[in-house]
Amino acid sequence: MLNYGFTEEQLMIKDLARKVSEEKIKPKSKEWDEKEEFPAEAIKALAQSDLFALCIPEAYGGMGGGLIELCIATEEVSRIDGGVAASYAASFLGMFPILLFGTEEQKKKYLPQIASGKSLTAFAITEPEAGSDASAVATTAKKDGPSYVINGLKHFITNGGDADIYTIIAATAKNKGPRGLSGFIVEKGDKGFDFGKKEEKLGIRASSTRELIFQDCKIPQDRLLGAREGLGFIATMKTFDQSRPGVASQAVGIAQGALELAVAYAHQRVQFGQKISSFQGIQWMLADMSTKVEAARSLVYSVARAVDRGDKDIAAASAQAKLFASDVAMEVTTQAVQIFGGYGYMKDYPVEKHMRDAKITQIYEGTNQIQKGIIALHLVREYGK
Amino acid sequence: MSSIRVIDSKCTGCSLCVKACPFGAIEIKDRLAVIDLTKCNICGACKDACKFEAIEVVKKVGIPKKDLSSYKGVWVFAEQRDSVVSTVVFELLAKAQVLAKDLRTYVGAVLLGHNIKEQAQKLILRGADKVFLVDEPGLKNYIAENYTSAISHIINKYKPEIFLAGATSCGRSLVSRIAVSIYAGLTADCTGLDIDPVKDILIQTRPAFGGNIMARIISPNFRPQMATVRHKVMPEAQPDRSRKGEVIEEKIDSLSEDKRVKFVDFIKEVTSTVNIAEADIIVSGGRGMQAPENFKLLEELAQALGGAVGSSRAAVDAGWYPYSHQVGQTGRTVCPKMYIACGISGQIQHLVGMQSSKVIVAINKDPDAPIFKVANYGIVADVFDVVPLLIRKLKESK
Amino acid sequence: MNIVVCIKQVPDSTEVRIDPETNTLIREGVASIINPFDMYAIEEAIRLKERFGGKTTVITMGPPQADDALREALSMGIDEAVHLSDRAFAGSDTWATSLILSRAVKKIAQFDLLVCGKQASDGDTAQVGPGIAAHLNLPQATYVRRIDTVHLDTSPKIMVVERLVEEGYEILELQLPALITVVKEINEPRLPSLRGKMKARKEQIPVWTHKDLNLEEDKIGLNGSPTQVVKIFTPPAKQGGKILQGEPKDIVEELYKEIKDFL
Repeated sequence: MLNYGFTEEQLMIKDLARKVSEEKIKPKSKEWDEKEEFPAEAIKALAQSDLFALCIPEAYGGMGGGLIELCIATEEVSRIDGGVAASYAASFLGMFPILLFGTEEQKKKYLPQIASGKSLTAFAITEPEAGSDASAVATTAKKDGPSYVINGLKHFITNGGDADIYTIIAATAKNKGPRGLSGFIVEKGDKGFDFGKKEEKLGIRASSTRELIFQDCKIPQDRLLGAREGLGFIATMKTFDQSRPGVASQAVGIAQGALELAVAYAHQRVQFGQKISSFQGIQWMLADMSTKVEAARSLVYSVARAVDRGDKDIAAASAQAKLFASDVAMEVTTQAVQIFGGYGYMKDYPVEKHMRDAKITQIYEGTNQIQKGIIALHLVREYGK
Repeated sequence: MSSIRVIDSKCTGCSLCVKACPFGAIEIKDRLAVIDLTKCNICGACKDACKFEAIEVVKKVGIPKKDLSSYKGVWVFAEQRDSVVSTVVFELLAKAQVLAKDLRTYVGAVLLGHNIKEQAQKLILRGADKVFLVDEPGLKNYIAENYTSAISHIINKYKPEIFLAGATSCGRSLVSRIAVSIYAGLTADCTGLDIDPVKDILIQTRPAFGGNIMARIISPNFRPQMATVRHKVMPEAQPDRSRKGEVIEEKIDSLSEDKRVKFVDFIKEVTSTVNIAEADIIVSGGRGMQAPENFKLLEELAQALGGAVGSSRAAVDAGWYPYSHQVGQTGRTVCPKMYIACGISGQIQHLVGMQSSKVIVAINKDPDAPIFKVANYGIVADVFDVVPLLIRKLKESK
Repeated sequence: MNIVVCIKQVPDSTEVRIDPETNTLIREGVASIINPFDMYAIEEAIRLKERFGGKTTVITMGPPQADDALREALSMGIDEAVHLSDRAFAGSDTWATSLILSRAVKKIAQFDLLVCGKQASDGDTAQVGPGIAAHLNLPQATYVRRIDTVHLDTSPKIMVVERLVEEGYEILELQLPALITVVKEINEPRLPSLRGKMKARKEQIPVWTHKDLNLEEDKIGLNGSPTQVVKIFTPPAKQGGKILQGEPKDIVEELYKEIKDFL
């Protein structure tokens, strides 16, 4: 790996995240994947090591730092288990709207419990009819005196059922389109808030994905994100700007893990009387894989640094990082399985899991086709005049 | 103070000493050996390894503590539970007889407990010339503090020159305490004991780093020379009906029970039908057993062999078998007559716990598994093909 | 409840390899770690502190680089650390080592419990723990696999522990202050936290020498040690064993012939 000029603290985070992943996640990774079980122990270990406190300012019980620290930790966790990483990163997805748009009271109330890892978080915008088209949200929130009443259904929600705090997007003014969307903070246990079925997934099976059901769910008005209606769409977009490099770092980690497995296997597997790593065909595959992983990582960390510097208009760069890294992850993990040959196709070896886990990174938080749309829009704006 | 130095004019920078140093304290710089004194323990391994006499070690010898010639006799600690002497004691008695013969002295046994007088005869038949018996209610169960004060008292009174105990959970803890109380040298977990024919001192050999290196240790200026001895390494003394001996019953007035420790209970663990420290044969399973229910197969094999079941760390961590059966660095060190490793790859942490077993049989699918490097008999095959056939064969042959 | 933990830095045995030619340990480039058994001692101390309050202190005796081990203990949540480092300590056997550690514990003064790992993974003696207890005349329980109950409101304070022995376990009631040594079964050590690591990095760790502990030079190091290592050697390599091959049925027949004399 290239030297990315990480600070001593960032190296400490990397080292710690690797330790947690190697010691607390790796031994149970296969079991969680097989049983499609929520990795409560892993979440606890990550919390005990303060890894949920990244990105959150010290004033709110966090460790400070920015997106790059989160990307470093996410990459390390993903290198071992993309599913655990999904749960971990999804909690930040639920946290960002509060950090970016929440009122001082909301930040004081929720951020410390998120930072300490006491409460896991989830973000909910997706609905059966509102996937890539976020503006089609049908869930409604109606003002009722000092409360809001929420009705509707969210689905494919990562950490759904296992999170304690949910940042959800609902329509407060249907006629206003995207401008009529607002953010709300809903807590597990709120009356009228329930969970639907748990999805069975191809990959990232350690993370849980459920439906959220709102039936006349009445919550006090101080749960309105930022105490202002109409922040929902912009909060979502800004959150995704922050979170896409996170998904990209998840993709880099999944690919890196698969690459390491492939190299180790190639160097041990003997065919025709020699290690297969001595065959040029394999060497070239490995060389291509590692080059692509490094290119993806460079892009991801560059974008994360841009975000941390406070650069404006990072939407396109953020989309590029997610698009490129996730495509690399899919390609590299597929090649890794190929190097393992028949063994790679079997569940006895961990490499096929990386391939299954990689696929979601091309899909969630905006499919790669949506990312291309964002990038193209930016191009037209910048050079199309 | 003792010191060590490299004689630069003789050093050739050949690096033999670097390899010999068990503490990683030597480096070659500019073709000369350089000893890092913060790591060096002045053990002298480098001096022995050097072919050019380029390392000088000056050991300042401590002052003999007492008149050493007044110390006579080779003693063993007769560990007992529920008034039954442990088998490790018979192994100690066999060794003690050899040592006593070389030193032209007697064999003593120290027996502590309550209502255990008849055990004294057993010790005599197995080789003790004198049994020092303390029979007190307060000594019924092993409590380190009370046993320490009783034994320290009789050691100071009768002055044995050698004191041996089993390297058991009781022996190791007790003798450490006694050695400090009476300022004597103690060597843990010995696998070899000999008398230096010239100096008449005890040479103790023990493994370190889990048996990857051996150390030879002496305690020339202190008495008694104390050692704990690894169980199952030495043969047991057989009872000889014709043997006669003397029982010396000690009344210890000064024995005030230590009120700070109370023995509440002893609970025998049901899972340890045969405990692995005592077993002559151990059948051990690892990750290759695939599932907890497959340990039944190993239990069956152990039963057919009259042995106990052990386990690798991997199998314990996976929750397949209880920790009390774990063999290896973080489990128990065992030394049975035969160790059968089933589906155990043989990580170094496992090997250190079993590699001194007399015969090692390894069954593993992977021909490159490190376990085969220490195995006397290596079987490259599926455990589930071989073990059931072996059980049948053993049953048929009975 | 104030707790002192004694730890040792050892070479990481998972990294130790044997040189196949000389059959010796390859020590080059092997990382140093906290003795694995001491990790359980550290964890147990932190857990007791979390339950009962008080302060935890970790002590190690060793060369300057043992500082890393102390900082790791701090990053896990231990409050304070003391480093005993002195050329005069080199070559100490278990007698002298336990004397040095016991003096340091005495200097710390206020404590209810001393915790050690059951043994160090390099020396494997299991003698230092009970040795410290003897030097300080403390009650001891070795091989503790569980702390059942702790009564801090009684006088004296009392602790009930389970002690692992060959055939099962013993239950002992100890008056505090006391010393225990712990086995793996007692807990699962936590990993460091980021906050802990940041704090540990900045911590000033006092280094004590024999002078700070009022120890005479003839009681420590090689001079104070009753035992002397006269030779260290590599055990003869096991000759390659016999590989049995073929059909399982034939293998079993052959194996039976080979082992029947041992049965």
